[in-house]
Amino acid sequence: MNINELREHLCSEYPDLCPLFSVEFGDGSLTVAAERLYSAASDMRDLGFDRLGMVTAVDRGETFELVYRVTSREMRAGIFLKAEVPREDPHIKSLCDLWPAANWHEREVYDMFGIVFDGHPDLRRILLTDDWVGYPLRKDYEDERMIRRPDYI
Amino acid sequence: MTEELVVNIGPSHPSTHGVCRMVTTLDGEIVRHVEVVIGHLHRGIEKMAENRTYLQVVPLTDRLDYVGSMYANWAYCRAVERLAGIRVPERAEYLRVIVCELQRIASHMMSVGPAGADVGATTAFMYTFAQREQVVDLFEQLCGARLTYNYVRPGGVSMDVPEGWVDNVRAFCRSHPSAMAEVDRFLFGNVIARQRMKGIGVLAPEDAVAWGASGPVARGSGVSWDLRRDDSYSVYPRLDFDIPLGSNGDCYDRARVRLWEAIESCRIIEQALDQIEPGPVMAEAVPRLITPRPGEAYDHIEGARGSLGVYLVSDGTPRPYRMKVRSPAFCNLALVPMLAEGHTLSDLVVILGSLDPVFGEVDR
Repeated sequence: MNINELREHLCSEYPDLCPLFSVEFGDGSLTVAAERLYSAASDMRDLGFDRLGMVTAVDRGETFELVYRVTSREMRAGIFLKAEVPREDPHIKSLCDLWPAANWHEREVYDMFGIVFDGHPDLRRILLTDDWVGYPLRKDYEDERMIRRPDYI
Repeated sequence: MTEELVVNIGPSHPSTHGVCRMVTTLDGEIVRHVEVVIGHLHRGIEKMAENRTYLQVVPLTDRLDYVGSMYANWAYCRAVERLAGIRVPERAEYLRVIVCELQRIASHMMSVGPAGADVGATTAFMYTFAQREQVVDLFEQLCGARLTYNYVRPGGVSMDVPEGWVDNVRAFCRSHPSAMAEVDRFLFGNVIARQRMKGIGVLAPEDAVAWGASGPVARGSGVSWDLRRDDSYSVYPRLDFDIPLGSNGDCYDRARVRLWEAIESCRIIEQALDQIEPGPVMAEAVPRLITPRPGEAYDHIEGARGSLGVYLVSDGTPRPYRMKVRSPAFCNLALVPMLAEGHTLSDLVVILGSLDPVFGEVDR
Protein backbone atom coordinates (compact mmCIF):
# COMPACT_ATOMS: atom_id res chain seq x y z
CA MET A 1 0.00 0.00 0.00
CA ASN A 2 1.43 3.36 -0.86
CA ILE A 3 0.69 6.58 0.91
CA ASN A 4 -2.10 7.68 -1.46
CA GLU A 5 -3.94 4.41 -1.10
CA LEU A 6 -3.52 4.79 2.62
CA ARG A 7 -5.04 8.22 2.44
CA GLU A 8 -8.04 6.91 0.52
CA HIS A 9 -8.45 4.07 2.95
CA LEU A 10 -8.31 6.37 5.93
CA CYS A 11 -10.71 8.79 4.32
CA SER A 12 -13.29 6.08 3.76
CA GLU A 13 -12.80 4.85 7.30
CA TYR A 14 -12.88 8.27 8.95
CA PRO A 15 -14.80 10.50 6.50
CA ASP A 16 -15.45 13.32 8.94
CA LEU A 17 -11.73 13.79 9.55
CA CYS A 18 -10.44 13.67 6.04
CA PRO A 19 -10.16 17.34 5.04
CA LEU A 20 -7.26 18.01 7.37
CA PHE A 21 -5.37 14.91 6.44
CA SER A 22 -2.14 15.56 4.62
CA VAL A 23 0.40 13.04 3.46
CA GLU A 24 3.64 14.89 3.77
CA PHE A 25 6.03 13.04 6.05
CA GLY A 26 5.53 14.23 9.57
CA ASP A 27 2.43 16.21 8.82
CA GLY A 28 -0.27 13.59 8.36
CA SER A 29 -2.71 14.08 11.14
CA LEU A 30 -5.96 12.45 12.15
CA THR A 31 -8.18 13.52 15.03
CA VAL A 32 -10.46 10.89 16.48
CA ALA A 33 -12.84 10.77 19.42
CA ALA A 34 -11.14 9.59 22.59
CA GLU A 35 -13.19 6.41 22.78
CA ARG A 36 -12.25 5.52 19.20
CA LEU A 37 -8.55 6.16 19.64
CA TYR A 38 -7.62 2.63 20.59
CA SER A 39 -9.42 1.06 17.63
CA ALA A 40 -8.00 3.68 15.25
CA ALA A 41 -4.49 3.01 16.57
CA SER A 42 -5.08 -0.71 16.25
CA ASP A 43 -6.19 -0.21 12.62
CA MET A 44 -3.13 1.86 11.95
CA ARG A 45 -0.92 -0.84 13.32
CA ASP A 46 -2.58 -3.44 11.13
CA LEU A 47 -2.09 -1.15 8.13
CA GLY A 48 1.65 -1.28 8.65
CA PHE A 49 2.31 1.53 11.07
CA ASP A 50 4.60 -0.63 13.12
CA ARG A 51 6.30 1.98 15.27
CA LEU A 52 4.95 4.26 17.95
CA GLY A 53 7.24 7.25 17.91
CA MET A 54 5.97 9.29 20.81
CA VAL A 55 3.00 10.10 22.99
CA THR A 56 2.47 13.57 24.31
CA ALA A 57 -0.26 15.98 25.30
CA VAL A 58 -1.05 19.65 24.91
CA ASP A 59 -3.01 21.65 27.44
CA ARG A 60 -5.89 23.21 25.47
CA GLY A 61 -7.70 24.78 28.40
CA GLU A 62 -10.98 22.91 28.76
CA THR A 63 -9.46 19.77 27.29
CA PHE A 64 -6.15 18.01 26.87
CA GLU A 65 -5.14 17.09 23.37
CA LEU A 66 -3.32 13.78 23.25
CA VAL A 67 -0.87 13.40 20.39
CA TYR A 68 0.40 10.02 19.25
CA ARG A 69 2.88 9.66 16.47
CA VAL A 70 2.89 6.40 14.54
CA THR A 71 5.26 5.72 11.68
CA SER A 72 5.59 3.08 9.03
CA ARG A 73 8.95 1.99 7.73
CA GLU A 74 7.39 0.35 4.72
CA MET A 75 5.46 3.42 3.60
CA ARG A 76 8.06 5.82 4.91
CA ALA A 77 5.24 7.82 6.41
CA GLY A 78 4.31 9.15 9.78
CA ILE A 79 0.92 10.18 11.08
CA PHE A 80 -0.24 12.02 14.16
CA LEU A 81 -3.24 10.54 15.88
CA LYS A 82 -4.96 13.04 18.10
CA ALA A 83 -7.74 12.77 20.62
CA GLU A 84 -9.17 15.18 23.16
CA VAL A 85 -9.99 14.26 26.73
CA PRO A 86 -11.75 16.52 29.24
CA ARG A 87 -9.69 18.38 31.82
CA GLU A 88 -11.81 17.03 34.65
CA ASP A 89 -10.96 13.40 35.28
CA PRO A 90 -9.06 12.73 32.02
CA HIS A 91 -9.04 9.07 30.97
CA ILE A 92 -8.03 7.22 27.84
CA LYS A 93 -7.32 3.62 26.98
CA SER A 94 -3.68 2.66 27.08
CA LEU A 95 -1.93 1.50 23.91
CA CYS A 96 0.58 -0.64 25.81
CA ASP A 97 -0.76 -3.91 24.43
CA LEU A 98 -0.42 -2.61 20.85
CA TRP A 99 3.08 -1.20 21.23
CA PRO A 100 5.17 -1.89 24.34
CA ALA A 101 6.90 1.42 23.56
CA ALA A 102 3.78 3.18 24.87
CA ASN A 103 4.67 2.15 28.42
CA TRP A 104 7.20 4.86 29.27
CA HIS A 105 5.62 7.49 27.05
CA GLU A 106 2.25 7.14 28.73
CA ARG A 107 3.88 7.21 32.14
CA GLU A 108 5.50 10.49 31.17
CA VAL A 109 2.19 11.99 30.03
CA TYR A 110 0.60 10.82 33.27
CA ASP A 111 3.49 12.37 35.19
CA MET A 112 3.29 15.73 33.45
CA PHE A 113 -0.44 16.09 32.73
CA GLY A 114 -2.20 13.69 35.08
CA ILE A 115 -3.98 11.89 32.27
CA VAL A 116 -4.87 8.36 33.36
CA PHE A 117 -4.25 5.58 30.86
CA ASP A 118 -6.71 2.79 31.53
CA GLY A 119 -5.18 -0.66 31.27
CA HIS A 120 -1.60 0.55 31.65
CA PRO A 121 0.38 -2.16 33.48
CA ASP A 122 2.47 0.16 35.63
CA LEU A 123 1.11 3.70 35.71
CA ARG A 124 3.45 5.61 38.02
CA ARG A 125 5.33 8.86 37.80
CA ILE A 126 8.50 8.46 35.76
CA LEU A 127 10.55 11.67 35.76
CA LEU A 128 9.33 13.26 39.00
CA THR A 129 9.40 11.71 42.43
CA ASP A 130 6.42 9.63 43.53
CA ASP A 131 5.35 12.20 46.13
CA TRP A 132 5.28 15.16 43.75
CA VAL A 133 2.14 17.28 43.99
CA GLY A 134 0.54 18.51 40.79
CA TYR A 135 1.21 18.03 37.10
CA PRO A 136 3.87 20.49 35.92
CA LEU A 137 3.09 20.78 32.22
CA ARG A 138 -0.48 21.86 32.86
CA LYS A 139 -0.75 25.57 32.22
CA ASP A 140 -2.29 26.26 35.64
CA TYR A 141 0.54 24.56 37.54
CA GLU A 142 1.92 26.68 40.34
CA ASP A 143 5.00 26.08 42.44
CA GLU A 144 6.72 28.56 44.75
CA ARG A 145 10.09 27.59 43.25
CA MET A 146 8.96 28.51 39.76
CA ILE A 147 10.35 31.79 38.43
CA ARG A 148 8.46 33.51 35.65
CA ARG A 149 10.60 35.45 33.23
CA PRO A 150 9.64 39.11 33.11
CA ASP A 151 7.58 40.06 30.11
CA TYR A 152 10.12 42.45 28.53
CA ILE A 153 11.26 39.69 26.13
CA MET B 1 17.94 -21.03 42.87
CA THR B 2 19.23 -18.98 45.74
CA GLU B 3 17.37 -16.47 47.82
CA GLU B 4 16.57 -13.43 45.69
CA LEU B 5 18.43 -10.31 46.59
CA VAL B 6 17.47 -6.76 45.67
CA VAL B 7 20.47 -4.57 44.90
CA ASN B 8 20.18 -0.88 44.28
CA ILE B 9 22.67 0.45 41.71
CA GLY B 10 23.03 4.18 41.30
CA PRO B 11 21.95 6.88 40.75
CA SER B 12 25.58 7.93 41.05
CA HIS B 13 27.58 5.03 39.80
CA PRO B 14 30.25 5.34 37.14
CA SER B 15 29.09 2.34 35.18
CA THR B 16 25.58 3.70 34.78
CA HIS B 17 26.84 6.21 32.19
CA GLY B 18 25.04 9.04 33.93
CA VAL B 19 22.57 9.43 36.75
CA CYS B 20 20.43 6.36 36.38
CA ARG B 21 19.21 4.16 39.19
CA MET B 22 18.63 0.48 38.61
CA VAL B 23 16.80 -1.57 41.20
CA THR B 24 18.04 -5.03 40.39
CA THR B 25 16.63 -8.32 41.63
CA LEU B 26 19.38 -10.90 41.67
CA ASP B 27 19.34 -14.66 41.87
CA GLY B 28 22.94 -15.33 42.78
CA GLU B 29 24.72 -13.40 40.08
CA ILE B 30 21.90 -13.64 37.55
CA VAL B 31 19.66 -10.63 36.97
CA ARG B 32 16.02 -11.62 37.28
CA HIS B 33 14.46 -8.22 37.03
CA VAL B 34 15.60 -4.63 36.62
CA GLU B 35 13.60 -1.55 37.29
CA VAL B 36 15.09 1.55 35.73
CA VAL B 37 14.43 4.70 37.72
CA ILE B 38 15.08 7.86 35.75
CA GLY B 39 14.44 11.53 36.29
CA HIS B 40 17.46 12.43 38.41
CA LEU B 41 18.55 14.95 35.80
CA HIS B 42 15.07 16.28 35.06
CA ARG B 43 15.30 20.06 34.69
CA GLY B 44 11.92 20.68 33.15
CA ILE B 45 13.31 21.92 29.86
CA GLU B 46 9.93 21.50 28.15
CA LYS B 47 8.31 23.71 30.77
CA MET B 48 11.14 26.24 30.67
CA ALA B 49 10.75 26.52 26.90
CA GLU B 50 7.16 27.73 27.35
CA ASN B 51 8.52 30.75 29.17
CA ARG B 52 11.12 31.83 26.60
CA THR B 53 11.14 33.21 23.10
CA TYR B 54 11.89 30.91 20.20
CA LEU B 55 15.49 32.12 20.03
CA GLN B 56 16.03 31.80 23.77
CA VAL B 57 15.09 28.13 23.62
CA VAL B 58 18.09 27.23 21.41
CA PRO B 59 20.60 27.22 24.32
CA LEU B 60 18.19 25.02 26.29
CA THR B 61 18.29 22.42 23.54
CA ASP B 62 22.08 22.32 23.94
CA ARG B 63 21.53 20.93 27.40
CA LEU B 64 19.36 18.04 26.27
CA ASP B 65 21.94 15.73 24.79
CA TYR B 66 25.14 17.32 25.98
CA VAL B 67 27.28 14.78 24.13
CA GLY B 68 25.62 15.72 20.85
CA SER B 69 24.32 19.26 21.26
CA MET B 70 24.25 20.01 17.56
CA TYR B 71 21.48 17.50 16.97
CA ALA B 72 19.02 18.97 19.41
CA ASN B 73 19.87 22.45 18.06
CA TRP B 74 19.15 21.30 14.57
CA ALA B 75 15.97 19.33 15.30
CA TYR B 76 14.56 22.28 17.21
CA CYS B 77 15.53 24.78 14.51
CA ARG B 78 13.96 22.65 11.82
CA ALA B 79 10.70 22.59 13.76
CA VAL B 80 10.83 26.38 14.20
CA GLU B 81 11.63 26.90 10.52
CA ARG B 82 8.74 24.67 9.53
CA LEU B 83 6.43 26.51 11.89
CA ALA B 84 7.51 30.00 10.84
CA GLY B 85 8.14 29.22 7.17
CA ILE B 86 11.82 30.20 7.17
CA ARG B 87 13.95 29.06 4.23
CA VAL B 88 17.53 28.17 5.07
CA PRO B 89 20.35 29.11 2.67
CA GLU B 90 22.11 26.20 1.04
CA ARG B 91 25.49 26.92 2.58
CA ALA B 92 23.95 26.79 6.02
CA GLU B 93 22.37 23.41 5.21
CA TYR B 94 25.78 22.08 4.20
CA LEU B 95 27.40 23.47 7.34
CA ARG B 96 24.69 21.84 9.43
CA VAL B 97 25.33 18.49 7.79
CA ILE B 98 29.08 18.87 8.31
CA VAL B 99 28.88 19.83 11.98
CA CYS B 100 26.29 17.15 12.69
CA GLU B 101 28.37 14.44 11.10
CA LEU B 102 31.37 15.66 13.10
CA GLN B 103 29.10 15.55 16.12
CA ARG B 104 28.14 11.98 15.28
CA ILE B 105 31.83 11.05 15.36
CA ALA B 106 32.35 12.86 18.68
CA SER B 107 29.27 11.25 20.18
CA HIS B 108 30.01 7.73 18.95
CA MET B 109 33.55 8.00 20.28
CA MET B 110 31.96 8.63 23.66
CA SER B 111 30.12 5.34 23.27
CA VAL B 112 32.61 3.00 21.57
CA GLY B 113 35.41 3.80 24.01
CA PRO B 114 33.33 3.26 27.17
CA ALA B 115 31.93 0.07 25.59
CA GLY B 116 35.50 -1.19 25.86
CA ALA B 117 35.95 0.25 29.33
CA ASP B 118 32.78 -1.55 30.47
CA VAL B 119 34.35 -4.89 29.65
CA GLY B 120 37.73 -3.96 31.09
CA ALA B 121 39.48 -2.89 27.88
CA THR B 122 40.32 0.63 29.02
CA THR B 123 42.86 1.21 26.24
CA ALA B 124 40.16 1.79 23.62
CA PHE B 125 38.76 4.58 25.76
CA MET B 126 42.00 6.56 25.43
CA TYR B 127 42.14 6.10 21.67
CA THR B 128 38.54 7.09 21.04
CA PHE B 129 38.86 10.06 23.35
CA ALA B 130 41.85 11.28 21.40
CA GLN B 131 39.60 11.30 18.31
CA ARG B 132 36.77 13.00 20.17
CA GLU B 133 39.16 15.63 21.40
CA GLN B 134 40.10 16.50 17.83
CA VAL B 135 36.46 17.00 16.90
CA VAL B 136 35.81 19.10 19.97
CA ASP B 137 38.83 21.24 19.04
CA LEU B 138 37.32 21.74 15.59
CA PHE B 139 34.09 22.90 17.21
CA GLU B 140 36.00 25.24 19.44
CA GLN B 141 37.63 26.82 16.40
CA LEU B 142 34.24 27.03 14.74
CA CYS B 143 32.09 28.58 17.43
CA GLY B 144 34.17 28.95 20.57
CA ALA B 145 32.38 26.30 22.60
CA ARG B 146 33.47 22.78 23.28
CA LEU B 147 30.30 21.22 24.62
CA THR B 148 27.19 23.35 24.25
CA TYR B 149 27.53 25.01 20.89
CA ASN B 150 24.35 26.98 20.26
CA TYR B 151 25.60 26.98 16.67
CA VAL B 152 22.56 25.98 14.66
CA ARG B 153 20.00 28.79 14.88
CA PRO B 154 16.57 29.23 13.34
CA GLY B 155 17.32 30.38 9.79
CA GLY B 156 20.83 29.02 9.45
CA VAL B 157 23.94 28.84 11.58
CA SER B 158 25.40 31.46 13.90
CA MET B 159 28.58 32.16 11.93
CA ASP B 160 30.55 31.08 8.90
CA VAL B 161 33.63 28.89 9.24
CA PRO B 162 36.91 30.54 10.26
CA GLU B 163 39.93 30.61 8.00
CA GLY B 164 41.71 27.28 7.71
CA TRP B 165 38.88 25.35 9.37
CA VAL B 166 37.96 23.41 6.24
CA ASP B 167 41.55 22.22 5.87
CA ASN B 168 41.58 21.09 9.49
CA VAL B 169 38.37 19.13 8.96
CA ARG B 170 39.77 17.52 5.83
CA ALA B 171 42.94 16.54 7.68
CA PHE B 172 40.85 15.02 10.45
CA CYS B 173 38.71 13.08 7.97
CA ARG B 174 41.83 11.66 6.37
CA SER B 175 43.28 10.42 9.64
CA HIS B 176 40.10 9.27 11.37
CA PRO B 177 39.30 6.05 9.42
CA SER B 178 42.73 4.57 10.07
CA ALA B 179 42.42 5.39 13.78
CA MET B 180 39.05 3.62 13.73
CA ALA B 181 40.52 0.61 11.97
CA GLU B 182 43.04 0.40 14.76
CA VAL B 183 40.35 0.57 17.44
CA ASP B 184 38.38 -2.03 15.52
CA ARG B 185 41.37 -4.34 15.54
CA PHE B 186 42.32 -4.10 19.17
CA LEU B 187 38.88 -3.71 20.69
CA PHE B 188 36.55 -5.75 18.51
CA GLY B 189 39.28 -8.20 17.59
CA ASN B 190 40.19 -8.77 21.21
CA VAL B 191 39.05 -12.19 22.33
CA ILE B 192 38.06 -11.07 25.84
CA ALA B 193 36.05 -8.11 24.59
CA ARG B 194 34.35 -10.33 22.03
CA GLN B 195 33.41 -12.89 24.63
CA ARG B 196 32.09 -10.22 26.95
CA MET B 197 30.00 -8.53 24.26
CA LYS B 198 28.89 -11.26 21.83
CA GLY B 199 25.52 -12.76 22.57
CA ILE B 200 24.89 -10.34 25.44
CA GLY B 201 21.67 -8.34 25.47
CA VAL B 202 20.29 -9.67 22.20
CA LEU B 203 17.56 -7.43 20.79
CA ALA B 204 15.33 -9.08 18.17
CA PRO B 205 14.46 -6.84 15.20
CA GLU B 206 10.70 -7.09 15.86
CA ASP B 207 11.26 -6.06 19.48
CA ALA B 208 13.38 -3.13 18.33
CA VAL B 209 10.49 -1.90 16.19
CA ALA B 210 7.77 -2.56 18.76
CA TRP B 211 9.71 -0.75 21.48
CA GLY B 212 10.38 2.22 19.23
CA ALA B 213 14.14 1.78 19.29
CA SER B 214 16.04 3.79 16.73
CA GLY B 215 19.54 4.72 15.71
CA PRO B 216 22.44 2.32 16.24
CA VAL B 217 20.37 0.30 18.72
CA ALA B 218 17.84 -0.63 16.04
CA ARG B 219 20.45 -0.89 13.30
CA GLY B 220 22.56 -3.22 15.44
CA SER B 221 19.60 -5.61 15.23
CA GLY B 222 19.50 -5.29 11.47
CA VAL B 223 16.54 -2.89 11.29
CA SER B 224 17.46 -0.75 8.31
CA TRP B 225 15.99 2.56 9.39
CA ASP B 226 17.90 5.78 9.13
CA LEU B 227 16.13 9.10 8.70
CA ARG B 228 19.05 10.47 6.69
CA ARG B 229 17.99 8.05 3.96
CA ASP B 230 14.39 7.13 4.79
CA ASP B 231 13.09 10.64 5.34
CA SER B 232 15.94 12.40 3.68
CA TYR B 233 16.22 15.98 4.91
CA SER B 234 18.53 18.91 4.24
CA VAL B 235 21.17 18.03 1.61
CA TYR B 236 21.46 14.33 2.46
CA PRO B 237 19.82 13.25 -0.85
CA ARG B 238 22.89 14.64 -2.65
CA LEU B 239 25.33 12.66 -0.54
CA ASP B 240 26.30 9.06 -0.99
CA PHE B 241 26.74 6.95 2.13
CA ASP B 242 26.13 3.47 3.46
CA ILE B 243 24.19 2.55 6.55
CA PRO B 244 26.05 -0.07 8.57
CA LEU B 245 23.82 -2.82 9.96
CA GLY B 246 24.41 -5.46 12.58
CA SER B 247 23.08 -8.98 12.34
CA ASN B 248 22.80 -10.40 15.86
CA GLY B 249 21.53 -7.40 17.79
CA ASP B 250 23.92 -7.96 20.69
CA CYS B 251 26.16 -5.46 22.48
CA TYR B 252 28.98 -6.26 20.10
CA ASP B 253 26.92 -5.37 17.02
CA ARG B 254 25.58 -2.17 18.52
CA ALA B 255 29.05 -0.94 19.43
CA ARG B 256 30.50 -1.95 16.09
CA VAL B 257 27.72 -0.26 14.13
CA ARG B 258 28.71 2.98 15.88
CA LEU B 259 32.33 2.50 14.94
CA TRP B 260 31.44 2.05 11.27
CA GLU B 261 29.02 4.94 11.32
CA ALA B 262 31.85 7.13 12.53
CA ILE B 263 33.84 6.11 9.45
CA GLU B 264 30.85 6.69 7.13
CA SER B 265 30.48 10.16 8.63
CA CYS B 266 33.95 11.03 7.31
CA ARG B 267 32.79 10.11 3.82
CA ILE B 268 29.74 12.34 4.19
CA ILE B 269 31.82 15.26 5.46
CA GLU B 270 34.30 14.99 2.60
CA GLN B 271 31.52 14.99 0.01
CA ALA B 272 29.80 17.93 1.69
CA LEU B 273 33.07 19.87 1.74
CA ASP B 274 33.48 19.21 -1.98
CA GLN B 275 29.97 20.40 -2.77
CA ILE B 276 29.67 23.42 -0.48
CA GLU B 277 29.63 26.82 -2.19
CA PRO B 278 30.16 30.30 -0.80
CA GLY B 279 27.06 32.18 0.22
CA PRO B 280 25.10 33.46 3.20
CA VAL B 281 24.83 31.26 6.27
CA MET B 282 21.70 32.85 7.71
CA ALA B 283 18.34 33.43 6.12
CA GLU B 284 17.51 37.05 5.43
CA ALA B 285 15.20 38.93 7.72
CA VAL B 286 14.78 36.37 10.46
CA PRO B 287 13.25 38.54 13.18
CA ARG B 288 14.68 38.63 16.68
CA LEU B 289 11.20 37.86 17.85
CA ILE B 290 9.96 34.97 15.78
CA THR B 291 6.17 34.99 15.96
CA PRO B 292 4.78 32.07 13.99
CA ARG B 293 1.14 31.61 13.09
CA PRO B 294 -0.85 29.42 15.48
CA GLY B 295 -0.36 25.79 14.63
CA GLU B 296 1.96 22.94 15.22
CA ALA B 297 5.03 21.49 13.57
CA TYR B 298 7.09 18.39 14.03
CA ASP B 299 10.45 17.68 12.59
CA HIS B 300 13.01 15.03 13.23
CA ILE B 301 16.58 14.23 12.34
CA GLU B 302 18.80 11.23 12.75
CA GLY B 303 20.81 12.02 15.85
CA ALA B 304 23.68 9.94 17.14
CA ARG B 305 21.26 8.01 19.35
CA GLY B 306 18.38 7.72 16.89
CA SER B 307 15.34 9.64 15.70
CA LEU B 308 15.36 12.91 17.54
CA GLY B 309 12.13 14.82 17.03
CA VAL B 310 10.80 18.13 18.25
CA TYR B 311 7.08 18.85 18.36
CA LEU B 312 6.23 22.53 18.66
CA VAL B 313 2.85 24.10 19.23
CA SER B 314 2.42 27.82 18.64
CA ASP B 315 -0.45 29.97 19.81
CA GLY B 316 0.64 32.98 17.78
CA THR B 317 2.70 34.57 20.56
CA PRO B 318 6.51 34.90 20.49
CA ARG B 319 6.85 31.98 22.89
CA PRO B 320 6.24 28.30 22.18
CA TYR B 321 2.96 27.14 23.68
CA ARG B 322 4.33 23.64 24.04
CA MET B 323 7.58 21.96 23.13
CA LYS B 324 7.96 18.22 23.22
CA VAL B 325 11.26 16.52 22.59
CA ARG B 326 11.00 13.00 21.27
CA SER B 327 14.17 11.68 22.77
CA PRO B 328 15.69 8.54 21.23
CA ALA B 329 17.68 7.73 24.37
CA PHE B 330 14.45 7.67 26.41
CA CYS B 331 12.93 5.05 24.09
CA ASN B 332 16.11 3.01 23.89
CA LEU B 333 16.58 2.98 27.65
CA ALA B 334 13.16 1.36 28.13
CA LEU B 335 14.71 -1.79 26.66
CA VAL B 336 17.07 -2.39 29.60
CA PRO B 337 14.74 -4.63 31.69
CA MET B 338 14.03 -6.84 28.70
CA LEU B 339 17.64 -7.10 27.55
CA ALA B 340 19.24 -7.64 30.94
CA GLU B 341 16.98 -10.42 32.18
CA GLY B 342 18.91 -13.67 32.56
CA HIS B 343 22.34 -12.11 32.20
CA THR B 344 24.84 -11.59 35.00
CA LEU B 345 25.14 -8.39 36.98
CA SER B 346 28.42 -7.51 35.26
CA ASP B 347 26.69 -7.83 31.88
CA LEU B 348 24.00 -5.39 32.96
CA VAL B 349 26.57 -2.61 32.83
CA VAL B 350 27.64 -3.64 29.34
CA ILE B 351 24.03 -3.71 28.16
CA LEU B 352 23.28 -0.28 29.55
CA GLY B 353 26.44 1.10 27.93
CA SER B 354 25.56 -0.47 24.59
CA LEU B 355 22.30 1.53 24.49
CA ASP B 356 24.37 4.70 24.84
CA PRO B 357 21.97 6.70 26.98
CA VAL B 358 22.68 10.35 27.71
CA PHE B 359 20.63 11.30 30.71
CA GLY B 360 20.31 14.94 29.85
CA GLU B 361 18.15 13.79 26.98
CA VAL B 362 16.38 10.96 28.79
CA ASP B 363 15.27 13.17 31.67
CA ARG B 364 15.03 16.51 29.82
